[in-house]
Amino acid sequence: MRIGRPARGLAERVWLVALAAVVWQVVTSAVDETYFPPPTKIIEALHEVWFSGPASHAFLTGNAVDDFSSSLAHLFTGWAAAGAAGVAIGAAIGRSRVLNNLLDPVLQFLRAVPPPTLVPFFIVVFQIGATMQIVTIAFGVVWPVLLNTADGVRAVDPLQLDTARVFGISRPRRLLLIILPAAAPKIFAGLRVALSFALILMVLSEIVGSTTGIGAELLDAQRAFELPTMWAGIVMLGVLGLLFNGAFMLLERRLLAWHTGAQRLAN
Amino acid sequence: MLEISGLGHAYGTHRVLEGIDLKVGEGELVTIVGPSGCGKSTLLRCIAGLVPPTEGKVVLKGAPIDGVPDDLAVVFQDYSRSLLPWLTVRDNVALPLRRRGLGKAERRAQAVKALASVGLEDAAGKYPWQLSGGMQQRVSIARALAYKPTLMLMDEPFGSVDAQTREDLEDLVLQVHRAEGMTILLVTHDIDESVYLGDRVVVLARNPGRVRDELPVTLPAGRDQIGTRADAEFVRLRAEVGRLVRGVVKDSEPPDATDAEDADAEAVATAVEEPAKK
Repeated sequence: MRIGRPARGLAERVWLVALAAVVWQVVTSAVDETYFPPPTKIIEALHEVWFSGPASHAFLTGNAVDDFSSSLAHLFTGWAAAGAAGVAIGAAIGRSRVLNNLLDPVLQFLRAVPPPTLVPFFIVVFQIGATMQIVTIAFGVVWPVLLNTADGVRAVDPLQLDTARVFGISRPRRLLLIILPAAAPKIFAGLRVALSFALILMVLSEIVGSTTGIGAELLDAQRAFELPTMWAGIVMLGVLGLLFNGAFMLLERRLLAWHTGAQRLAN
Repeated sequence: MLEISGLGHAYGTHRVLEGIDLKVGEGELVTIVGPSGCGKSTLLRCIAGLVPPTEGKVVLKGAPIDGVPDDLAVVFQDYSRSLLPWLTVRDNVALPLRRRGLGKAERRAQAVKALASVGLEDAAGKYPWQLSGGMQQRVSIARALAYKPTLMLMDEPFGSVDAQTREDLEDLVLQVHRAEGMTILLVTHDIDESVYLGDRVVVLARNPGRVRDELPVTLPAGRDQIGTRADAEFVRLRAEVGRLVRGVVKDSEPPDATDAEDADAEAVATAVEEPAKK
């Protein structure tokens, strides 16, 4: 039987996942170990905790609305703040040698501090709650954006800048029209890494200091010995990570189509 | 309209240019030719205001140049780096026009008009990297034309395109020069090109870069690639420029075309086209 090319491509990519799920199911059912519930039970728990709501709420439970809205709001606020700050500071130190020399040692030190170690400090300063979680995420994920921006901005082709000068493009507009677009591929790479870091720090901040959110739900389930629910949280986070990365890749491919196109032709 | 007097430039202790005096009149097309390393590009960058000269001055339309002048455009050799890959061809051409106080629609209309004048109206919606090298350089020329500068500088504009394209682009420059009456200063290392395009050829010597001599080109204004290059006067001028580039003092040798061509090839090791092949 002939299988279409896209179908075969998909089959090649997912068969191992499917096999693993089946093996997981068979093995965990056979050993019947509390710590390792079979996938069917995990999906049941997933359904019960978050997706058994009324159709009018897109099947989301009240729990899901609370957990997802708080988790995702913190995640994206922190990530966006880090993105904005990272691009601004990165562009500044990338374009100015003086600023770079001034700030580089401080930034290198701050970057070397593992973000989780600052969580106790942030809890003292901001109390437990949204602000502390957002700050934790923002502080932790600003670095890849900042350093990539500085790098990208430094590597702008001098001829592009000369061209802009010759044609009378003012300094602020040169930043917007030449420097940032030229650095965009690197900035986007930084933002993508930052997004996956943000998910990690979101969970961490919820485990340490929150009563809502997917991470808090996960910890509650563990404490209540509801292991399928705990696993449901783990699976949910994995799926979210995949979705975010996929969505970001799509966005990146659209916005940087010129870059991929030019690169493909160059090779 | 352009007056350069006593211009010199040094990077540290290394003197690149020394005592350059040069005048370019309104509507003139002057070519500057010289061996590699004679500071041609530095000279052009000084005129463009991209590099402040260490001595002497450049006066454009009565105003000394300090920073990049308002009404000057440059066509760089490296078109692929000078055009912005994230903008379409039309937006690349329209980019500098905001400064001319035009609205968006009008900028785009002007850009398309300039593209049409270089025969590229169909490529407006494409990206530069989707075009061939010669077409990309046409886009650069269109960008300069749309800007309507009083002086257009061209820095070895055809150094990275193939021979056939190069001839087409040379004719495009002549056509633009005639149609718009634009003043053009073109730097090249190709002796044939300097004679073919110029109303006047300025020959530079190196170490440090200085003006060795100037030659008026006594060819008729209407030039064509086959006829003009076979013209006895063209051959004579080419030989003379060749000797000057090589550093031989004028009139010290009988004008022997074959010798001069060999000299060209030696003196200009990086020349894309060897005159003998024409």
